[in-house]
This record gives sequence, C-alpha cells and structure tokens, in this order.
Amino acid sequence: MISITALSLRPALAVLTTLIASGLIYVTGERVKANTREAITFVAAFINAALVYSMIPAVLAGKTIKLTVIEIVKGIGFAFNVDAAGMVFACVSATLWILTSLYSVGYMRGHGEKNQTGYFAAFAMCICAATGICFAGNLITFFIFFEALTIATYPLVVHYRDEEGTRSGRKYLAYTLISGQIMFAAIVIVYVCCGTLDFVPGGFIKPEDIPMPLMLILFFMMVGAGMVKAGVMPLHSWLPAAMVAPTPVSALLHAVAVVKAGAFATLRVVLYVFGPESAEYCHGADILAWMAVITILVSSLIAIRKDNLKARLAFSTIGQLSYIVLGICILSPSAAAGALYHIVAHAFMKITLFMAAGAIFVTTHKKNISEMVGIGKRMPVTMTAFAVASVGIAGFPFIVGFVSKANIIVGALEQGKPLFACTLIASALLALAYLMPVVYMAFKKDVTNPDFPCKAEASKPMLIPLVITAVIAVVLGVCPNFGLHLYDLACMAGNAIFGIGGSLL
Amino acid sequence: MRHLPVLIVLLPLVAAQLCLLISKIHYKAGRYTVLAAVTGSLVMSVMLLRQVIAEGSVHYYFGNYKVPIGIEFYVDTVNALILVLICLIGALTFMYTTPFARTTDKTLVGAANTMISLLITGMLGMTATGDVFNLYVFLEITSLSAYCLISLGGSRGIVAAFRYLLVGTVAATLYLIGVGILYGITGTLNMSDMAAILSKWGNEGAMLIAMCFLIAAFGTKMALFPFHGWQPSAYTHAEAGSRPLISGVMGKIPAYGLFRYMYCIYGTDYKYFRVFLIVLGILSVCSMLYGSIRAMAQTDIRKMLAYSSVAQMGYIILGFAIGTPLALCGAFLHMFGHAFMKGGLFFATGAIRHKFGTTKLEDFGRIYKAMPFTCGLLVVASLSMIGIPPTVGFFSKWYLAVGAAGTGEFIYIAVLVLSSLLNAIYFFKLIEKVFIQQKSAKTEALPAAEGPEVPLDMMIPIVVCFLAILLLGIFNAKIVDILMLAIKGVAL
Repeated sequence: MISITALSLRPALAVLTTLIASGLIYVTGERVKANTREAITFVAAFINAALVYSMIPAVLAGKTIKLTVIEIVKGIGFAFNVDAAGMVFACVSATLWILTSLYSVGYMRGHGEKNQTGYFAAFAMCICAATGICFAGNLITFFIFFEALTIATYPLVVHYRDEEGTRSGRKYLAYTLISGQIMFAAIVIVYVCCGTLDFVPGGFIKPEDIPMPLMLILFFMMVGAGMVKAGVMPLHSWLPAAMVAPTPVSALLHAVAVVKAGAFATLRVVLYVFGPESAEYCHGADILAWMAVITILVSSLIAIRKDNLKARLAFSTIGQLSYIVLGICILSPSAAAGALYHIVAHAFMKITLFMAAGAIFVTTHKKNISEMVGIGKRMPVTMTAFAVASVGIAGFPFIVGFVSKANIIVGALEQGKPLFACTLIASALLALAYLMPVVYMAFKKDVTNPDFPCKAEASKPMLIPLVITAVIAVVLGVCPNFGLHLYDLACMAGNAIFGIGGSLL
Repeated sequence: MRHLPVLIVLLPLVAAQLCLLISKIHYKAGRYTVLAAVTGSLVMSVMLLRQVIAEGSVHYYFGNYKVPIGIEFYVDTVNALILVLICLIGALTFMYTTPFARTTDKTLVGAANTMISLLITGMLGMTATGDVFNLYVFLEITSLSAYCLISLGGSRGIVAAFRYLLVGTVAATLYLIGVGILYGITGTLNMSDMAAILSKWGNEGAMLIAMCFLIAAFGTKMALFPFHGWQPSAYTHAEAGSRPLISGVMGKIPAYGLFRYMYCIYGTDYKYFRVFLIVLGILSVCSMLYGSIRAMAQTDIRKMLAYSSVAQMGYIILGFAIGTPLALCGAFLHMFGHAFMKGGLFFATGAIRHKFGTTKLEDFGRIYKAMPFTCGLLVVASLSMIGIPPTVGFFSKWYLAVGAAGTGEFIYIAVLVLSSLLNAIYFFKLIEKVFIQQKSAKTEALPAAEGPEVPLDMMIPIVVCFLAILLLGIFNAKIVDILMLAIKGVAL
C-alpha cells in the first residue's frame, strides 16, 4: 500500500518541486551568490526529472496514476491523472529543463544579462506549469496550469524591459489572455451540459449531448486557446514578436513549454474532451486540419524570406507545430501517435537550432543569416549540430523528425486523405529550402570571412547542451524507443484514444 | 455563548465611546483600545460562525421580548462569515493606521480611531440585524462615520464627503420610504415576520414600488451604476488609514442588505421576482463595463481602484441577478475575495505612498526593487481581479459563470469574459508600471521612511491579504459548503 501511495503522490510532488524552486529563487536570488541560486535550479531540475522518469514503468504497464488533492471547486477535484500522452510531454519538458538551464547559465553570463533572478524564477515557474499541464486530470486543473503558464511566460517575454519588449509582452498577453478567457467560458458551458470535466481517452462529449451549431462554436472556443499558443495561423503573430526575448527564452518558448503546451491543449481538447467521434461529427477537426495545412505552407514560405536567424526559426516553429495539430485532426491512431511523438522530435531538433543560434549570437554577435558566411570554420561543432537538426526538421531518415512524420503520413493515408500527406512532403522540401542555405553558407569552402579567422567555439555550458540534444535527435531517430520508451508511450496513447487494446505496434 | 451576536456589535461600540477619552492619555492609547475590541469581536465572530455551522442559524431577542415587539438579531452562515470578514479587515485596518498619523494631535487621531470603530459597529449591526428599522439605524451609523472619515482626508476630502452626504441622505430617505410602504402593508418591522405576512397577504403592486425604492437606496450605498457618482472621489480622498476598510468592506454590506430583502423577505415566489432579476442584471452588467472603462483612463491609482470597485460590485450583484445557489455562492465568495483584493490593493497603495509619497501611476517605475512584498501583493491582487487561477477571483467568476450557464443566460458569461479582459488592460498597465517602466526621477524614498520596506504593523496586513487571496481561492469549496447551508433554502 505504501508504495502505491508514494507512486500516486509523484505527479503532485513533481509540480510542487518546481513551484518551490521558483519561489526560493525569487525570494533568495538577490541575497545569495549566483552559483547558489543556479544550484537551486539544478537540484529541482534533477529531482523533477527523477520523479517524472520514475513513473514511466507504471505507465508503460498500462496503469494510470490518479491523485485528487482537494476539491478545487464544488463538485470537481484538483486532480492529477498521469497517462501515456501526458508522460511523453512531461519527459520532454523535464529532460530539456536540465539542458536549457545549463545553457541558460552559459548564455546569461556570457551575455552579461540583467535581472537573472527573475529570469530563473519565471523559468522554473514555466516548467511547473508545463508539468501540471501534462499531468492534469480534468479540464479545470488543466486550465489552472494553462493560465499559470501564460502569466509565468510574460516576465520572460518582457525580459529586457525596453519599449520593444513591452510591446511584445502586450501582444503576447492580448493573444493568450483573450483566448484563455474564451476557453474558460467554453469549459463552463461544457460542464453545465455534460456534468463532468474529466479527461477520457476518446472524449466524454457525445454527438447527441450538444446541438450542432453550438458544438462547433464550443469546439473552436475551447481549442482556440491551444491554437494561439501553438501558433496556428491566423493566431500566430505573438510568436515572432516574442523573439525579442533572450535566446534561451526563445528556446523554451518555441521548443519546450509554451508552444508545446498549446499543441498539447489541442490534443487534450480534440481527443480527450470531444473525442474523435464528436470532433468529426461537428466538422471541427476538418476545419482545424485545413487551417493547419495552410499554416504549414504559408509559414514555410515566410521563413524563406527572413534574414534574421531567430525569426526564420520562429516561422519554422509555427509550421512544425501545425504538424502536430494536423496529426491530431487526422483522427487516426498512428497519426495521433505521430503527433504526440512530434512533440518529442520537434523539441529536440528545434532546441538544438535555437541553442546554436544563441551560441552564434553570444560568440560573434551576429543575428542575420547573410552575415554568417563561413561561420562553420569558426564554430564547426555548433554548426554541425545545426546541420543535423536542420535535416531532421526536413524529415530526413535516421533523425527523429522522420519517425513522427512517417507516422502522421501513414495515418493520413489510412484515413484516405492523401492531400494531407502531400502537404507534409511539400513542407519537408520547403524546410530544406529555408534551413539548408544557412548550413551551406556556414560551410562554404571558397570564401574566408575575415570576421571568423580561427576556430573559437562558444563556452562549454552552451556547447555541451546543444551537442547533447543533437545527439539525442539522432539516437531517437535510429531507435525511437531509446531510454525512456517515448515511442511506445505515444503509440499507447494513440491506441487508447481510438479504443484499440493495450497492445503495442 | 448565548449573547455572542450582540456582544460582537457591542464591543466596538463601547470602545468607540472610550477611545476619545483614552486618547487624551497618549495619542496611541485609543488605537490599542479599539484594536483590542475589534480583535475581541473577531474571536467571538469566529466562535459564532462555528456555532452556526454546527447548530444552525441563531435568533437573538433583545431583552427576551418576542417578535414582533422586540428587536431580533438573526445570524446564519452567510452573515456569520460576513461578520468575520468585517472584524478581520477592521483589525487589519487598525494595525495599519498608525504610520499614517502624520500628526500626534490627540483629538484628531482619537477622533479618526473612534470613527473607524463606529464604522465597524455600523457594518456589524447591519449584517447581524433581523429588523428592517434596526437596519436603518445601523445604516445611518455606518454612513455618518464614513462621512466623517472621508472629510478627515484633507480639503478635497471635505468636498467629497459633502457630496456623499447629500447623496447618502437621499438614499437613506429612499430606504425609509421603502420600509414605510412595507410597514404599511404588514404592520411589522421584523424581517421573518414580514416575510411570512408578505407571502400570504402581500400587495404585489405596493411591494413592487417598495422594492424600487430599496434598490435605489442600496444601489447608492454600494455605488452600483448609475448610483455611483459619489464613490470615486470619496474612496480616493478618504482618510488614508481607513481607506482599505471603506473601499474593501463598506460597499458590500448594503449589497448583503439587498440580498436579505430580495431572497429572505420577498422570496423567490414573489410575482415580479423575475423582473427584479432582469433589472439587477442590467444594472450589474452596466456597472461592470462602465467601471472598467472609466478605470482605464485614470492616472491616480486610488481613482483607478475606486472605479474598479464599481465594476467589482457588478460581479456581486450579477450573482444576485442570476439567483441559482451556485451563483449566489459565487457572489458571496466574490464579496469576501474582493474585500481582500481591494483592501489589499489599498494597503499596498498606502504603503507605497508612505514610502515614496506618491499615488500617481507614472511615478511607479520599478518600485518593486525597493518594495518586493508590497509589489507581490499588487500582482496577486491584480491577477485575482482579472480572474487568473488559482486566486479567489477566478473561482468566484467560475461559480457565477456556472450559474449563468445553468439558467441559459449565456450573455452574462460573455459579459464576464469581456469584463475580465477589460480588467486585464488596466491591471497589467499597473504591473507594467511597477516592474518595467524606467524609474522616475520623483520616486525617491521619503526621509521618514528609510530602513526596511515598510514598518511591521503595515507589513502584517499586506501579508495577510496576500495569503487570504490565495487561500480563499484554493479552499473555496469549503467556503461554498458553508454558504450553501444558508443559501440552499432561499435561492431559486
């Protein structure tokens, strides 16, 4: 009995660890040495990762870990429910928190940033919210963490406290708060109509529960919050604007916490609240899938024209996130598994790219791609990692991006939707078109750029994480189940949603 | 134990009489007297609350004269909670006032403390009473002491107080006319007696007219749109120490009075009950939107908060206008939550003024470096005003919205969403000022306020409000359970 209790407390403990870390950093940050402050981050990051990893065996065995802390509103508990889908996202955020923290230390010190205490506190708070989002067992718990994430990200966006940062902060808040409040209204209406808010694989809203036009409206009211955070066009424009923040923040925003939380919210709403049946019945999934298709193509085309490296990566993120949304909306087991695995795949690839961009910026102060001719001579390791992640984004075999995309394409073909498969292939070519020129330019042989005379890599705390993420991207591409069994978890989630028994693919 | 309801009211009243005398000894002595009295009331009100939860509502008859001859105090779980709230914020206010005593003039300081104590007495009485005329008496005690406190806030305070005096007197008269009509129909002044008679032999037309007078009277006292004209300048210029009490609690008690009339005396079976719901719904929606829009334009934080109070009263009245048990719980939860939010924001504003001598928003640049705890409270209270979980503001909004969805009034949900977003605009403006804007040249710490962030007796109220906003939010289900005990019987 004792071991079961300890196990079921873990999701709450994981959230609590990060919350306490955030509070501790904020309160003591200015009074202790910077190294002590960073130690808090790392201790919390390792405890968090250990707690999350320790739940994998139970989840792999087909169990879900349930825990209700208190009754948060009349009739509904503050509930955690660890299932395969949440586990995938939790593993990603727990792993990448360690790596990003290491990178942050290198970046923030290398760049002599101010307000580091607030930065690390808000960062921990974001991870706390992301962990809560993964493990939330019902919509209201989910919403609490979702809003907490919105608020915790705000100080990171306005980190520089200048005019541009303030403007981006306002834009970010306008998008996220409005969509969040609309989601709140939708949650209330769903609660009154259905009497429950617990996530169920395959959804708890039956087509006959809610009349048709209202159901479609509710679908978009609820999924809107996810769409904004995941940057589905036309709700994406906060994301490039939030680029003014320091690079580790962009890495966090665009690869780990915020956009993935948006994609995950879409997953939960479409497949765990509405369910495939109702989502298809109200046509919401179809409309959303086409929006995702448009986003994938348009964002790739915009990315080609951006000269600022971070901006190009931002538009690439918008496109890649819509893969996940598209995978969810295809409504098939393999596409859902692919979408879930793309959360992992994109996280590792995109964070490598952002870390490389940050490393370049700190060492050479170059932001624009056109100034980076020949940079491969100066930072060969960084640029090699960048090149690996770039071909991965395009979906090259043996790199992790291939696994998820192949699954989504298979799902689209199973459902008889070849147009979606074509979109994915077209976008892979576009991804090559916007990322490979950077790699070519960096490694151009015949030109020697006077700015990059000799080999000088970024500092170790920045270099090590980005090499690790690039290596993980390759390892997971060759052997998708390596280490944490994330691929199995994703497949389990996909099968559970569509009511296929617990057997693995 | 039997005399608890009356003792709670009596203690601050006695302390108020003594305060001025004791203040002659030392200018701080009077304050300790009233602080002790209000703390005593707080302890007793908590005991009373426990008793009411355990044993059901309490009737207390003065001098054992039975109804309808005698005066009755009637306490159920709802007003027992409100009694606790008044005493708590009252005690915090007394802790907080000292640093504001710019003068050591014994008469002036003593008078201010006497008036605050009388204000608390009036509000406690209004909450506990079960007699409509008795309610008028306490209403006047509350109002008169509020006029005095507002006029103590300097020359502009006197103008504001005079304006409030004119409007408030009209409101009191309207209330008296309403009571007069009801007395004419029923021949009784006791609330439960009146309810029983009205349900049998009520004259529906006369009751309709009486209710119109009552809504106007209570609407004025709680500053509901369009009766709010006196409120912004009164809240802004009131005596600094008492401002949290005036803005945090004073407006809520007339709202509770209105609840008593609507749900306990008239009852939901009354023929025109739905009409009142619609009228109140329209008034509350207008309040929420108008208050927020006006608040956005303000440059003085006190005025901004005052207009925001107009909007927040709208939330409470919206709950009354929806009328389902959950919506009423939401309204009362918002009443408690808002007392701590608005009280807390005024505590924080006062602390900033104490430190930097300014209340202009443009001078607030990066004050968080000097006052981290105060600014922490500002942020939490602001988020609660917007309705971001896990603060109490989110949960009261949740209950209101669930109530509105239950009766199919989706328009109210839309208004709640819109109002949250309007709140977000001006409260994030405040947060931006405090954390992001460059430090203004004027924000130098006053020489008198060197040293730690703020004195300890100012810090305690700030910390208590901070915790209350979060704890009320996290443990709201408990409060709702307690409220339900009383509300189940009277709601729609």
